[in-house]
Amino acid sequence: MNFTLPQATVDAREVDALILALTLASLAVLALVFGLMARYMVKYRAGSPIDRGKPPQKTWRLEISWTVATLAAFFGLFIWGADLYVRLFQPPANALQIYVVGKQWMWKVEHPGGQREINTLHIPIRQPVQLVMTSEDVIHDFSVPAFRIKHDVLPGRYETLWFTVEMAGVYHLFCTQLCGEGHASMIGQVVAMEPEEYERWLGGGAKGETFVEAGADVFRRHGCAGCHGDQGAGGIGPALAGLYGAQVKLTDGIVKADEAYLRDCIMTPQKRRVAGYPEIMPSFAGQIDEEHLLKLIAYIKSLK
Amino acid sequence: MKGAAVTVGIAAPQESYLTDGTTLKSWLFTTDHKRISLLYLATITFFFFIGGFAAALIRYNLILPEGVLDSPETYNKLFSLHGVVMVWFFLVPAVPVTLGNFLVPLMLGARDLAFPRLNLLSWYLFVLAGLVALYALVAGGVDTGWTFYTPLSSFYSNGHVVATVVAIFIAGFSSIATGLNFIISIHKLRAPGMTFYRMPVFLWSLYATSVILVLATPVLAMTLLLLAFERIFRIGVFDPAIGGDPLLFQHLFWFYSHPAVYVMILPGFGVISEIIPAFSSKQLFGYKFVVWASIAIAVISFLVWGHHMFVAGTSLYSALVFSILSYMVAVPSAIKVFNWIGTMHKGWIRFDAPMLYAIGFIGLFTIGGLTGLFVAALAADVHLTQTYFVVAHFHYVMVGGMVSAFFAGLHFWWPKITGRLYPEIWGRVAALIIFIGFNLTFAPQFLLGYLGMPRRYHSYAAEFQVLNVLSSAGATILAVGYLLPLAYLGWSLFYGRRAAANPWRATGLEWTTPSPPPTENFSTTPVVTGPPYQYPCTEAVRNE
Ligand code: HEM
Ligand SMILES: [Cu+2]
Repeated sequence: MNFTLPQATVDAREVDALILALTLASLAVLALVFGLMARYMVKYRAGSPIDRGKPPQKTWRLEISWTVATLAAFFGLFIWGADLYVRLFQPPANALQIYVVGKQWMWKVEHPGGQREINTLHIPIRQPVQLVMTSEDVIHDFSVPAFRIKHDVLPGRYETLWFTVEMAGVYHLFCTQLCGEGHASMIGQVVAMEPEEYERWLGGGAKGETFVEAGADVFRRHGCAGCHGDQGAGGIGPALAGLYGAQVKLTDGIVKADEAYLRDCIMTPQKRRVAGYPEIMPSFAGQIDEEHLLKLIAYIKSLK
Repeated sequence: MKGAAVTVGIAAPQESYLTDGTTLKSWLFTTDHKRISLLYLATITFFFFIGGFAAALIRYNLILPEGVLDSPETYNKLFSLHGVVMVWFFLVPAVPVTLGNFLVPLMLGARDLAFPRLNLLSWYLFVLAGLVALYALVAGGVDTGWTFYTPLSSFYSNGHVVATVVAIFIAGFSSIATGLNFIISIHKLRAPGMTFYRMPVFLWSLYATSVILVLATPVLAMTLLLLAFERIFRIGVFDPAIGGDPLLFQHLFWFYSHPAVYVMILPGFGVISEIIPAFSSKQLFGYKFVVWASIAIAVISFLVWGHHMFVAGTSLYSALVFSILSYMVAVPSAIKVFNWIGTMHKGWIRFDAPMLYAIGFIGLFTIGGLTGLFVAALAADVHLTQTYFVVAHFHYVMVGGMVSAFFAGLHFWWPKITGRLYPEIWGRVAALIIFIGFNLTFAPQFLLGYLGMPRRYHSYAAEFQVLNVLSSAGATILAVGYLLPLAYLGWSLFYGRRAAANPWRATGLEWTTPSPPPTENFSTTPVVTGPPYQYPCTEAVRNE
């Protein structure tokens, strides 16, 4: 029986420090509450001959001071938790992107090179990894306790999650959002390996087309080039080359072109109109499934 | 009785609301708030044990890593049933409809609630809701958890989602009616001389609770209606596959459900604020602070729903705002704990069963509140949310807190309600067993959650087994603890000694009328001449 949890990431150490601080603060308050209660229970029990004097009347000073003290302590904890949270969810630009699709009841993983796996995720250590995640049915939640990280995986949306693992090893992967009958079996493992080993692993297994090649296929099959030009060069519709990461001017504002934006443009083009183009792009909702969509987006991202 | 409340004339002890008509009809068509309160008491006790039975099966299943019950579907239905029944058919109504119904008019010095027939209707609605829920259970159950997250609940669940949701919808009307009845009664029916600041804290806390119920319940009702429409007619509200937004459901659901957790706990605060002064024989420390803390909690509770969605895919900024607001709501709760302890300072403390339950409440609620700080601290929540840590947190607040308070109140007012005393020694033994069993059940779950065990799993990794077995062992003790009061309180109904009007030497109008009270409560309208909690109360205590 082991009562410790591996700290496989930098974040894990920082989250543990926060939890430790919260625990110590709580224990201090508990000691105060239980201590005072126990003391009064003994000292002022009925029949105890102690002199009780006059009960204190003025309470304002006391009330204000413990309210302010509580507030100050809470504010400190808030800042600590918030600062760490913001860092937890800000991915660095150079992260290795891996795609994850949740489905009742399995995790489907696809690496940029086209390698696929189910309920297992191989990653290199000492290198930021960013998961781009979506669901084919209900809400799932991707959670790796050893990394102290989790995030919901929603149908119809992309959510991302990033981490840098420091310790090679095999870690639990859980789905933590109730997703139906097989919820408890929607588990797997994350295998964190030395980068060279990861490269070897990538080269090993059955390898199909790379992600980008497959995406190019989807692009051709659905006739995207008809408007956006071969290689996404532009034409009737806006140019796609160099689009990913750029600021796009919409009819009603400006957005950064991230995965979620690209997804929306393809599935619900009526929602986001790029300034200066006619409203003719059809929606591909129902025609391209999530896996192909991921590849298509990977292809668009590869167009420089 | 010094200063506080004065009543003149005592009705003949033999005639009480209990003897005023003995036919079934006289009970089922009564408009007497005291009888309705007993009808409710029977109903929610029934639901408490149904929910408890499901809990026992859940803990039983988790003794083995692979699960004892062979079907994950059955397990999902069990915890969904447990959640739905405990939240909507026990925690939300319990204190208001039983103790509240009985005591609001008595504490106000009134003859009855403002709308006695609406009160009876509320009970019928509640029973109807319960029957629909039981139908859903018998017909095959529901497997979405009590939170009904979409799109699982809209299209992927095979359970009886619509029937369950309709049951909660109807129960909502019952809540709203009770809430309105209390608000209007408190405004209109206070005895002469009873200003707002002369009201016992129990009334204030029911007032705050009722305001939340009236404002938040309609949001839940609409949300559940939309869910039912989506499931039946396939209109796209929440399911993205047909154009809906799954997070919209969570926003709407928690907009009700977070205030609702305060609906569950605020009446408990009220009960404790009556008991601690009575058994410390001292006035409540910081009365006005305790009162305004209740109001503050009611207001702020509407602003924190987003803290259930820190990893759900909402924006970073909204998470920051909801986190800091969550800390704000903890402040008034902390004020209350300090004031209760302050009340014990220099008191004359007696350890009868109600006081033991109340002290247990303070300890367990404090642990529940403090662990709330963990989940309100954003980065810590990312790790702890959706694990057993959250399960332990809300059970400390709602079961350790609210259920302890309910038991404290039930023992405290039992002589008033039934006219009988229960065997005191058994009351104390049960309070102790419950406290020990509770901690053994839920404390290990904090650690389980930190180690990463997800909630709502019917099977788990073998390394979590020791803590789970510990928790299940605790649950067995806890079950014994909860069965004991059923036995000795039931026993006291027939064999308990007769209670005097004021067996605890407590202040408050309800103690000035005989136990059990006559149908009309007071033979003459009481007049209030001073603030509440004028301890020490010197009124003579005589148990016949
Ligand atoms: C007054 C009594 C309280 C009650 C009745 C209560 C009840 C609950 C319940 C039922 C949940 C679980 C929701 C679920 O199914 O996921 C919960 C979660 C939570 N509570 Fe409390 N709570 C109380 C006090 C507090 C306090 C004082 C705080 C903050 C300082 C707090 C912060 C939270 C947070 C942030 C969550 C979300 C946890 C998560 O999803 O990870 N609660 N609470
Ligand atoms: Cu899942």
